[in-house]
Amino acid sequence: MSFYNVLEKVNQLPLEDMMENVTHQDVERALQKDRINEEDYFALLSPKAEPYLEEMAQKAHQLTVQHFGNTMQIFLPLYVSDYCVNTCKYCSFSVDNDFPRRILTMTELEEEAKVIADMGVEHIIILSGESMMHSSVKYLKQCMKVLKKYFSSVGLEIQPMDTEQYVEIVESGVDNLTVYQEVYDEEIYRELHTKGPKRFFKYRLDTPERGCEAGMRAVSIAALLGLNDWRRESYITGLHAQYLQQKYLDVEVGVAFPRIQPNAGSFQPRVEVTDQNLVQAMLAYRIFQPHSGITVSTRESPKFREQILPLGPTKMSAASSTVVGGYSEPDNTQSQFEISDERSVDEVKRMLLTYGYQPIMKDWQLI
Amino acid sequence: MQDSLVIAGKELNSRLFVGTGKFADHSKMKEALQQSRSEVVTVAVRRVDLSGSDQYILNDIPDYMTLMPNTSGARSAEEAIRIAHLAKAAGMGNWIKIEVISDSKYLLPDNEETIKATEALVEEGFVVLPYMSPDLMAAKRLEEAGAATVMPLGSPIGSNRGIRMKEMIQIMIDEINVPIVVDAGIGRPSEAAEAMEMGADAVLVNTAIATAKDPVEMARAFDLAVQAGRSAYISGLGASLTKANASSPLTGFLHS
Repeated sequence: MSFYNVLEKVNQLPLEDMMENVTHQDVERALQKDRINEEDYFALLSPKAEPYLEEMAQKAHQLTVQHFGNTMQIFLPLYVSDYCVNTCKYCSFSVDNDFPRRILTMTELEEEAKVIADMGVEHIIILSGESMMHSSVKYLKQCMKVLKKYFSSVGLEIQPMDTEQYVEIVESGVDNLTVYQEVYDEEIYRELHTKGPKRFFKYRLDTPERGCEAGMRAVSIAALLGLNDWRRESYITGLHAQYLQQKYLDVEVGVAFPRIQPNAGSFQPRVEVTDQNLVQAMLAYRIFQPHSGITVSTRESPKFREQILPLGPTKMSAASSTVVGGYSEPDNTQSQFEISDERSVDEVKRMLLTYGYQPIMKDWQLI
Repeated sequence: MQDSLVIAGKELNSRLFVGTGKFADHSKMKEALQQSRSEVVTVAVRRVDLSGSDQYILNDIPDYMTLMPNTSGARSAEEAIRIAHLAKAAGMGNWIKIEVISDSKYLLPDNEETIKATEALVEEGFVVLPYMSPDLMAAKRLEEAGAATVMPLGSPIGSNRGIRMKEMIQIMIDEINVPIVVDAGIGRPSEAAEAMEMGADAVLVNTAIATAKDPVEMARAFDLAVQAGRSAYISGLGASLTKANASSPLTGFLHS
C-alpha cells in the first residue's frame, strides 16, 4: 500500500463535477462539526465555501490556538549546494540554467552555521539542488558533524532517497524531512520535470513515507501552488497528510502552501493562486487536520505573512537566503527563487510579539 | 485547617500545578504564574536553551516555584530518559514529569514506555511524576515503580474538554495510594473544581490559562476553583449520595 493507490482512486473521481455540486448546506454542515472528514474538507475547498471564509477563519484560529497556543516556531533554510541533475521548468537550479555551481566545504558550512546561530536560530533545514553525487549521504553526514555543534534541530530538503539512506541520515542527527511533490497530477508532473531522476513520479510520491519509515520525527509535504488547479492539489495534499499521519502515528506530519515565485527561468505560474485562494486552502486544511503543523516561508510578502498569522501557520522561516553560502557572503551567486520577506530574525521576532505571538526558537533537542 | 499536599517531602500549599507552554509572551506568563499561587510549574526541556545563553523561560519563573521539567517530545522510554538526564545536567532539579507520546494526532501517552522510563529514573534518584492514560493496572505499576504521583489525563491534552475520563479517574483516586494529579484536558475552572471535588490531590492546567484572553485573571480563577473544589471534597461532599434519605422509606415496615 502506497499513497499512489489512494491517488489512483481519487483520479477516477469526477472531482470537477463534484466540486460544482457542493452546496452551501454542505459547507455549513462541515463548519458545525467537531471533526471533519474528507468530504467536508472537499466542501471547504470548493467555491461554495468562499462566502464562509470568515467563519472558517474563526474556527481555524480557535483550533490553532488550542493546539499550538499563541506561538510561532522560527527556522532558517541553509543552502549547501546548487548542483542539480534535474530539469524542472519552474526552478532556477535546473541543470539547463548556466551558472557557476557550488557546494559548501566544511569550513564554509561552519561559517554559515556561525552566522545563523548568531541570529539566535536553533532550527535549520539543509537544502540543496537534487544531486546524489554532490549532496550524498556521506556529505550530509559530514555536514551534521558541524551543524550539531550549532543547532538543536536539523531538517533536510534535498533529493529523495531510499529508506536505508534516510535511516543513516537519521542516525547522524537529522530529525525532519521536507519533500514537496510539487504537483500531484502525473501528466503535468511529467511535463514540468523534463529531465533527470525527478521524472519518476511515484518514487517522489513515496518519499515522505520512506522518511516516516526511517524514523524521521517530522515530515512536511506540499504541492507547489500555481502548477495546477489549487483546489484539487490542496485536496490531495490533505489526503496525503492524512494517509501518512494515520499510518505513522508517531511522526508529526505537516504541510506548507508554497506559491510559485518568479525565477531565472522566467517560468510563469500556469494557474493564478490569489491571496484569497491561499487563505481558503490553509483554513480548510487547518479545520481538517487541527493538530498538523503549517509552514509559511519568506516566499510570501511581509504584509501577507502578518495578515495570515492567526489563520493556522505554526512555523515560519525568517531572514532566508536561498543562495549557497548566502549568509556569510551576502552578495553571492544564484538564488533558487526570489524571497519576498527580507526582514531579519530579530525583526520577525519583534513583529510576532507585536501581534501577540511568542517566537519559539527551540522546540526540540538533539538527544 | 492544615491541608497541604506533600510530594517527595515537599509541602505544597497550592494544589494547582501550572505549565509554561502556549503563552503569547513571557511577562504575561510570569504574572499568571504568580497569580495562580501555584508552587509547581512544568517546563518542556525541548524548549529550554540548555547551553544557557538564552534560558528561554527559566528566568521568568518565580524563585519559590518547584520546577518540574517534562520530557515532551519523547517517543520512547529511552528518549524520555535521555531528556531527563539533560534536564538534570542543566541544573533543572531532580523532579521530572515523564511524557512519552508516540501519537502525533491525539497526543495520547504510551503507558508501557512511561512505566519503563519511570522505573529507570526512580532507580537513578529522580522524583518521577508520570503523565499517563487513566488505566488502573498501569497506575499500580507506576506506583510500584516508585512514582511520586500519578498524573492521568482528564481528556486528550489541549482539548479543553473537561474530565471525560471521569469514571476511570475516580477508580484511580480510590485505589492508588500516591497523589493523583489530573493533568490535561481541563478547560474551565469549574472542571478543575470538579476534579478536586472527586478527590484528586491536585490538577495541572496549562492551555486553558495560557490561551485565555486574560491569562492572569484566568490563573486567579483556577486558583479559586481548585481551592473551592478541595474545600468541598474535605467537607464531605458526596455524603448525600451514599446515605439514603428517602421521604417514604421502603424498609420502614421492618422497624414498626
